[in-house]
Amino acid sequence: MSPPEAGPSTLGSGPDRAANLFAATDLTRRKLRAQRIAKYAFGAMAAAIVLPLLLILAYLLVRAWPMLSWGFITEVPANFMRGGGVWPALVGTLYLVTFSLLVAAPIGVLAGIYLNEFARDNWFTRAVNLAVINLAGVPSIVHALFGVGAFVIFAGLGKSILAASLTLAIMTLPVIIVSTKEALNAVPMAFRQACWNLGASRWQVIRTIVLPNSISGILTGLILQVSRAAGDTAPIMFTGVVFYMAVEPGTLLPYSPTDQCMALAYHLYTVTTQVQDAPEALPYATAVVLIGFVFVFNSAAIILRTRLRAKKKW
Amino acid sequence: MNADAKIQIRNLAVRYGRKESLKGISLDVPANSIFAIIGPANSGKSTLLKCINRTIELTPGARVEGQVLIDGQDTAGIRDVYGLRRRIGMVFPLPVGLPLSVYDNVAYAPRMAGGCSRADLDIIVERCLRQAALWDEVKDRLKSLGTMLSGGQQQRLTIARALSHDPEILCLDEFSIAIDPVTTMRIEDVLLELRKNMTILLVTNLVQQARRLGDATCFLNKGELVQVDRTEVIFSERPGNQVTHDYVHGVFG
Repeated sequence: MSPPEAGPSTLGSGPDRAANLFAATDLTRRKLRAQRIAKYAFGAMAAAIVLPLLLILAYLLVRAWPMLSWGFITEVPANFMRGGGVWPALVGTLYLVTFSLLVAAPIGVLAGIYLNEFARDNWFTRAVNLAVINLAGVPSIVHALFGVGAFVIFAGLGKSILAASLTLAIMTLPVIIVSTKEALNAVPMAFRQACWNLGASRWQVIRTIVLPNSISGILTGLILQVSRAAGDTAPIMFTGVVFYMAVEPGTLLPYSPTDQCMALAYHLYTVTTQVQDAPEALPYATAVVLIGFVFVFNSAAIILRTRLRAKKKW
Repeated sequence: MNADAKIQIRNLAVRYGRKESLKGISLDVPANSIFAIIGPANSGKSTLLKCINRTIELTPGARVEGQVLIDGQDTAGIRDVYGLRRRIGMVFPLPVGLPLSVYDNVAYAPRMAGGCSRADLDIIVERCLRQAALWDEVKDRLKSLGTMLSGGQQQRLTIARALSHDPEILCLDEFSIAIDPVTTMRIEDVLLELRKNMTILLVTNLVQQARRLGDATCFLNKGELVQVDRTEVIFSERPGNQVTHDYVHGVFG
């Protein structure tokens, strides 16, 4: 079919060519089709990630529903772990995550800044970077074994909150370093060079330009590690977590750092596998509390990150 | 060789790994003049500028031999390298607005140096933005982001920033690439004005710009100094060197 005449034209070799100048050729049509396929294929993958997540959450909530109540959070376990609540485990997890983050976050972020901003590119730096990346891939059970040797036995901390927190810190540290480096690396080099030419020192440039523009990325790395520290069972079951620990219900600071404690992840494991005749909803309710804990702990960081990202300046 | 030159470069050689970027050049740049540097790509023009404010030290893999003297003093021996860099204004070809407001962009160097009151900063910011022919366009949005300006505006912002710490030496590397011809002319007029009490090094690919502005011109090729002389001589029919002649008259290569 030939499209209607589009008037005289100076382009091409006659009116036909002029009219067809912007019509789709076979090549264009193929490109458009490829793009459409790519869009839907990738979109389907994104949906395939979100849907199971929502399904898991919904399933957990439905199964946990019979036991979920305010009392479940504030009560101590009762009836030989078959009833009551999870308060000691919740507080224990809070202790472990907070202590490990207090150790790992400053060391990890500062080391990441050093490695990305100050260290010269020589064999030593490359060796450190390689070590960090490999450490980030070590399974948590290996970290647990290291924690037993280094903190429980060698440092003489015994099985305690301190030893468990340090083990979690060792486990999260490499990933925090790597994610900090990535966040800093994303700030264009040209900004640094422009500032150096203005007589600013490396530290001044980091303080005024690099950190303000990478802090949201650094926080993202920390948030992910909070979830990991709260959820991982292996490193803490060898180093400081117990099956049951009697505490006053509702007390905020029942443990001292040298005590052992209960933890949500381990509690979930015990009520699922070690306690006979536990109500069916109990493990699910514990899992909901664990997820809720991570969510609440992270929301502060997420809100902060969203604010900082809105200020990101290029 | 002139002993009271502002900048004296002595046997300066720079290599990046195996690649020799400057092969031992010596130059004198007289005070209060515009010194144009021309030459094809990879001739070492930008490297030369980096040696003057010692940012070459921040370039991974660069090795420097030879000396750069400013006012007769060897820059390698200066301990306060940040002070040295503040004596020199640098403008590079790619416009880089810092992720700060327009005002903070220009106030950055004085703030990092310290000792400026808010009122001082206001005066500096207005003066530098006027010199860079940018004031009229941004005076009502000093608080908006420098990175949101157009390419040409960001380039002029870079020039304003380079002037903000009141340098003795101004190094311009292809400053007019992103700027329209009319605005370029306005900035060139400012440069001629600044020349009264500033030494200006002008790296340019526009040989006519070198001809318009340069008091002296030097021609670099492949890391070697081919010729340095008064601009009239370089651009005359008989500069005394066939390669220079061919380059400035556009029959090079």
